[in-house]
Amino acid sequence: MLVGNIATVVLVSLGAVFFLAGTVGLLRFPDSMTRLHALTKADNLGLGLVVLGLLPQVDSVLAALKLVAVWVLTQLAGATVTQLVARAVWRGGGS
Amino acid sequence: MSLALLADAALVLLVLGLAFWINAASRAFPAVVGYVAFGLLLALAWLRLSAGDVAMTEAAVGSGVTGAVLIAASVRLRSAETEAPPPALPLRLLALLLSGLVTAALAGLVLWTTGPAPSLADQAVQHLPGLGMGNAVTGVLIAYRALDTLLEKVVLLLALMGIWSLAKDRYWGGIPGPSRIQPTNGALILLARLLPPIGIVVAVYILWVGATDPGGAFQGGAILAAMWLLVMLAGLRDAPAISRPWVRLCVTVGPAAFIAVGLTGFALPNGFLSYPDSIAKPLIIAVESVLTLSIAVILGLLVAGPPERQP
Repeated sequence: MLVGNIATVVLVSLGAVFFLAGTVGLLRFPDSMTRLHALTKADNLGLGLVVLGLLPQVDSVLAALKLVAVWVLTQLAGATVTQLVARAVWRGGGS
Repeated sequence: MSLALLADAALVLLVLGLAFWINAASRAFPAVVGYVAFGLLLALAWLRLSAGDVAMTEAAVGSGVTGAVLIAASVRLRSAETEAPPPALPLRLLALLLSGLVTAALAGLVLWTTGPAPSLADQAVQHLPGLGMGNAVTGVLIAYRALDTLLEKVVLLLALMGIWSLAKDRYWGGIPGPSRIQPTNGALILLARLLPPIGIVVAVYILWVGATDPGGAFQGGAILAAMWLLVMLAGLRDAPAISRPWVRLCVTVGPAAFIAVGLTGFALPNGFLSYPDSIAKPLIIAVESVLTLSIAVILGLLVAGPPERQP
């Protein structure tokens, strides 16, 4: 149990670091493409690490699968939306 | 000060800050994007108040579907927007003052009343087993406040008729949207093919667990509507002509079934919208399933907008 708790604290904290870095990138990067890059890192690695960290805390396989499904669906939606925004930026020539 | 209180305080500040930002936004589109984020923050706040059902409805309907309607509206109004002058400063200050007063009065009512709040929760929970309902919210919505729930569906139907009535005469009975969306965007097409099977399963699951856990017809219907809209936005399927018999059937069958069950209540138990005890649960699930279908089709057509071309 102790090992699980330590893993949770370490992994969720790491995930929070990625979210923080992604937010800083979103605010500080110079153009839309690099900002999208920062945002997807937060979604991808940040949420992935948070989900991984929460896995030791769930008490059933079904709950664990739901957590993983949340991550997978966010990946799917995030990747698509990033593509759409990037395409709109590319076409519009905006920054 | 505990950690949970700190997180709650941060959430409240975030909600209030975002609300100010939305009001200060100079154009409609950023304000709408802010509103969608605002809905998601509100959903988090509801979750902190242990109101999972309200949180899901807020996220799915308040933020999701309403956000889609508002985005479509702001894109349409983009050309007209620059011509209209913003409201004068005194008017805006007055609006701020009045809404501030309402908020302060509500806060005062909550903070300064003494004694426990009057509640019927105990009596309500007492009778839920008889209905076969573990989720108090669904039980209250479908059984005790059935008339409210019925009227909500009728309001949705009225809203759809309001949007349809904006159609020009020659397009009446036609297809929503100015032109058919061409399926050219690879990423969107992939999502529109991958997500709907998952979304349909999730929607049915949410409808099913609505009896015992947060969920129900409105949340499930909103997810189904989102899947349908995704397919339409990707251009895989065109919106249906509103004169199609199946469209008319789908939008009316939910409220009609609700009314039919309600009228049966006169004959079998003892009054409008009451359920016979022995088959209360199957009946409620049947009504909820039909309602989900109606809600999904109505919400999808609300976002699709008035008919703008010949069928």
